[in-house]
Amino acid sequence: MINKIINSSSLISDVSDLKENEYIKDFPLLNNMAEGKKRLVYLDNAATTQKPLSVINAVKEYYGHYNANPHRGAYGLSSKATQIYEDARECARRFINAKSSEEIIFTKGATEGFNMIASSFGEDFICSGDEILLSIAEHHSNLIPWQLVAKKKGAILKYMYTEPSGEITTKEITDKINERTKLVAITHVSNVLGLINPVEEIIRRAHKVGAVVVMDAAQSIPHIQVDVQKLNVDFMVFSGHKMLAPMGIGVLYGKKKLLDNMRPLLYGGGMVESVTEQDTVYAEAPYKFEGGTQNVEAAYGLMKAMEYIDDIGYDKIAAIEDKLTAYAIEKLEEIPYITIYVDRRQGKGTGVISFGIEGVHPHDVSTVLDAYGVAIRSGHHCAQPLMNHLGIHACCRISLYFYNSMKDIDCFIDAIKNVRRWLGLGA
Amino acid sequence: MELEDIYTQIIIEQSNSKKNKRRLENPTIVLEGKNPSCGDEIKLELVIKDGVVADASFTGVGCAISQASTSLMIDLVKGKPIETAMELSDLFIRMIQRKTVNESELEPLEDAVALMNISNMPARVKCATMPWHTLTQALK
Repeated sequence: MINKIINSSSLISDVSDLKENEYIKDFPLLNNMAEGKKRLVYLDNAATTQKPLSVINAVKEYYGHYNANPHRGAYGLSSKATQIYEDARECARRFINAKSSEEIIFTKGATEGFNMIASSFGEDFICSGDEILLSIAEHHSNLIPWQLVAKKKGAILKYMYTEPSGEITTKEITDKINERTKLVAITHVSNVLGLINPVEEIIRRAHKVGAVVVMDAAQSIPHIQVDVQKLNVDFMVFSGHKMLAPMGIGVLYGKKKLLDNMRPLLYGGGMVESVTEQDTVYAEAPYKFEGGTQNVEAAYGLMKAMEYIDDIGYDKIAAIEDKLTAYAIEKLEEIPYITIYVDRRQGKGTGVISFGIEGVHPHDVSTVLDAYGVAIRSGHHCAQPLMNHLGIHACCRISLYFYNSMKDIDCFIDAIKNVRRWLGLGA
Repeated sequence: MELEDIYTQIIIEQSNSKKNKRRLENPTIVLEGKNPSCGDEIKLELVIKDGVVADASFTGVGCAISQASTSLMIDLVKGKPIETAMELSDLFIRMIQRKTVNESELEPLEDAVALMNISNMPARVKCATMPWHTLTQALK
């Protein structure tokens, strides 16, 4: 066994001083770069987070000690691999407070989860004339699959629009959810706006008309507690790599009674009860949805990531991020040629700030910032309908995580102040 | 890659210049070019007369690289026969793909050689080549 990584949560006892951030010690990549010419200021956490040593070591440990095909070998090593995989499933169940581990399906990420729901549930249970309701802020992964279902089944795709402040109002929710609404696909937190959507209210209203709700938790679960029973959500999807885990692992949660009535998406090994020449009896959920050999080492990594987040605690994560976000907004607002695209004071957020610099294309902003060692995202953020709604082609985005510091924000702000000069637009 | 090598004087001037950014009165060809992932969008307008690119202009939005590249391209191909414009476009794309690196071979590109350094920046290659691909498409 590897040594347990000493969690440094005790090192930040007071978030009032975040000039430096001690959590960074647990993240080798952030330290590797620190030894180079330039310290990496990583502000693209909504795209993917860096990984703590405990997660990196878990992957190594798996291949050094436990690798075998789970569920398939009647020997000790295979049983161990199976044990690890199922422990990870139980860990995920506990993490989101699902009723049963049978409701936890491992996927390769959120995108696969949405596609699975759209194909295995949407195509079978949505009919001609039914309405599928999305928010305008959905990531393409929770949007395109529903366009396809709507086209295939003759259903109607509708959108809830955000206010200029970024909010979805109660009026918008009640106006759009009606007795024809069959499914509502909503993001808990938009990857561009960063605000926590009123999902409880949306789920409550959707259930009143008998609609099923699919929630995208990819941008929320790294930052806030998500309790599927408390929310009473029907399906929920997230990716591991946005919450410290390796790439290639994600979770699809579905209420058991829904999963039981759904057909598999991938057919093959590991998802059957019995196969004859002409027919197949499928395994029960979750196994019927996990055809083929799964990403066991990443599931193990996900378990370690969840343990890491548990050790820090969501309260502390939120306290750090709120402070850093407020500081970044304050600093950005001091710069006259910066526009912030959402009013972050309207609601609780998750460390995402989207903005633009007058006269400069976002792509040039990220190129200049890169030269200063600051990594930010620019572009449409896989949310083109939202860009249209906001009336922009693209934007810049910083997304913070608990290992960022005031120093990171200061470096970012210093770099930002140089952008217009590089583009020949004066100070 | 230093910023000085990317945002050179000529690129900055061209990206902020409005001289080629206008609508033509009677374009014979209008074609849109897009880099969907970055949000670069241009509309290229051409007047083709007797097999020659008699006039050219563009409108649209995009990063400094795509805007400068479009403007430099228009400067270069205006007044040239279609075949020459196509050859220049091909040469430019080969320069960015580092398939042609010989300075004398690149001479016909004139000021557009200023974008050569973009070949070292995989994330920005598309920004530089998009207008030229659009031109090739338009002249086909």
